[in-house]
Amino acid sequence: MILKPRLEDIKNIGYYLGKIIIGLSLTMFLPIILGLALGEINPTLDFVIGLEISLIFGLILTKLCFTEKDLNWMQGMIVVSLAWLVAMLLGAIPLYLSGHWKSYLDACFDAMSGFATTGLVLVQDLDHISFSHNLWRHLIMFIGGQGIVIVALSFFVKGASGAFKMYVGEAREERILPNVINTARFIWLVSIVYLILGTLALGITGILNGMKAINAFFHGACVFMAAFDTGGFTPQSQNILYYHSLPYEVVTVVIMILGAINFKLHYHIWMGNRREILKNIETVTLFITMMITFFITAVGLQQLNIYPKAMVLFRKGFYQLVSGHTGTGYQTLYPMQFVTDWGNLPLVGVICAMALGGAVCSTTGAIKMLRVGIIFKALLQDIKRIILPERAVVVQKFHHIKTLFLEDKTARSALLITLAYLLLYGLGSIVGMLFGYSFLYSLFESTSAAANVGLSCGITSADMPAALKVTYIFQMWAGRLEFMSIFTLIGFFIAAIKGK
Amino acid sequence: MKVHGSWFLPAGRQGMVCGILFFIMLFGVLCLPPAVWAQPISSTELINNAKQYDGKLVAYEGEAIGDIMVRGEYAWINVHDGKTAIGIWIDKDLTKDIFYAGSYKSKGDWVEIRGVFQRACPQHGGDLDIHAQAIRVIRQGRQTQEKLNLSKSNQAIVLLAILGMIWILTRLKRK
Repeated sequence: MILKPRLEDIKNIGYYLGKIIIGLSLTMFLPIILGLALGEINPTLDFVIGLEISLIFGLILTKLCFTEKDLNWMQGMIVVSLAWLVAMLLGAIPLYLSGHWKSYLDACFDAMSGFATTGLVLVQDLDHISFSHNLWRHLIMFIGGQGIVIVALSFFVKGASGAFKMYVGEAREERILPNVINTARFIWLVSIVYLILGTLALGITGILNGMKAINAFFHGACVFMAAFDTGGFTPQSQNILYYHSLPYEVVTVVIMILGAINFKLHYHIWMGNRREILKNIETVTLFITMMITFFITAVGLQQLNIYPKAMVLFRKGFYQLVSGHTGTGYQTLYPMQFVTDWGNLPLVGVICAMALGGAVCSTTGAIKMLRVGIIFKALLQDIKRIILPERAVVVQKFHHIKTLFLEDKTARSALLITLAYLLLYGLGSIVGMLFGYSFLYSLFESTSAAANVGLSCGITSADMPAALKVTYIFQMWAGRLEFMSIFTLIGFFIAAIKGK
Repeated sequence: MKVHGSWFLPAGRQGMVCGILFFIMLFGVLCLPPAVWAQPISSTELINNAKQYDGKLVAYEGEAIGDIMVRGEYAWINVHDGKTAIGIWIDKDLTKDIFYAGSYKSKGDWVEIRGVFQRACPQHGGDLDIHAQAIRVIRQGRQTQEKLNLSKSNQAIVLLAILGMIWILTRLKRK
């Protein structure tokens, strides 16, 4: 028998959702301050309006649903899934008001793309957008990469138990420190330290590339936020191609890889345990899958002979590959070049890389390295069981911070999530094909959206059908939250209708 | 009576004069670059048919946007034709005519470029670009003046009032 949700459930969900909205709305002060400093009058008003609407909405929810009770698992999961949808709706307000998006749906698409660190865009005339709107586009990637709920956890939520449930709901299973709020704060500490270092590195590279100092550092901060959070937005419409610079590409590759590493691994490296990089199942799997997918891509490009020089082939091929594998979506190609120049085999290499993703408890999306490594180990275990005598006890271990025994339930869980991702990639491809796009290009764009990558072969544009935009928004949302909180939300609605 | 040639030149001389005039005109045409500016090709056409235009001399026009990035004796400018921006590798002295580059606060100069199109430039890491031979400014850009949007400011004031009322109501309820 399905139980109908009680008023108490709705009040708890509403109260915590309101808290998160207030936390999120306060971040709009940053573009307001920048807008005021640079004399951008109307963009500042866009954010003032966005801030006011968000605060009104958040305050009403917290006052109407006031409670002192902690969240249970179901409520925590629903708060997270709703928080991401509401963040998209509210975050899109200043974007839409700027006039650079053709419709509110387009602004919502870019807001979800930002929060989910995807990087697909529908913005128009990006090269004339204000500094404050550009800051907001990248800031939402930074916030989304750490986790919208992490913002609230770090500053607003007192109860550790409820906080942990929301933390898990946001696709973060691992606690770096014993207390989940301290974990959230550590994630912010790592990100802020890297933000300062990354902005400096990119800013100096920009100046050496001939950019004006103010532009160089602004671009540096924006590109860092989008690269470390494996997002893929850039301040200019040409993406990384705008800079025409090998050093800029090298720095962004380093940042993208740092963003694709587990925050827990960052913690151990910071604590001096550097050997963990060489032993950890995630880094080992990342290295192997990157080499395999790059091999496929490079062979394809070599066959087509677009880049006769080996170094040029490496530079173009490896950059798009790393960008796809880490889930960033930075491009040094025009989207249509994937179609006109790259051919099928290189696209298959990049699609595989995008589908696999980076580490768990990082800012990347997709299946993720821990699951890929575990599935491979489970396969090895089964092969050993067949080969070895029946009496032999087959034990499989893997190293992830510490050495662990591979249990069947761990392998099952990894396989289930992998299956869910494959279905999600397939769903978007079918919808793409329904609108007349070819299988490979539909699969490319769908995988890019669901794995929160952002590479595009040209399908994503303001002119694409609204149903496809909604499909990609759903894929970005579901892919970022890794399904559980979304399944819970669907179950909650079913219970509300059918429950007794 | 059948007349050959013009009123005052015999027929043989007339052919020679025509030949000389033809070479003078040809020389003039070759010496005056603006006279041979071909029909500009759009960025979409260039990107979608990159193989066809690879290594060919093309004309391309659009708005200069972002930074002019000087690299030694050359510079990179990005020129946006309304659909996409393409990188232009150009002698830095040729960029001196560009006064405005497009950004939030300015409309960039509209320039026409003549140069060699590269589908995957071996000199620049495989980038799709144009190595410019000549540039001319067709329309000068300008600073854009921002005017206060009254509708937005009114909305902001109304919302502020609502926010204030909610705050007062919650304070009263607490008391």
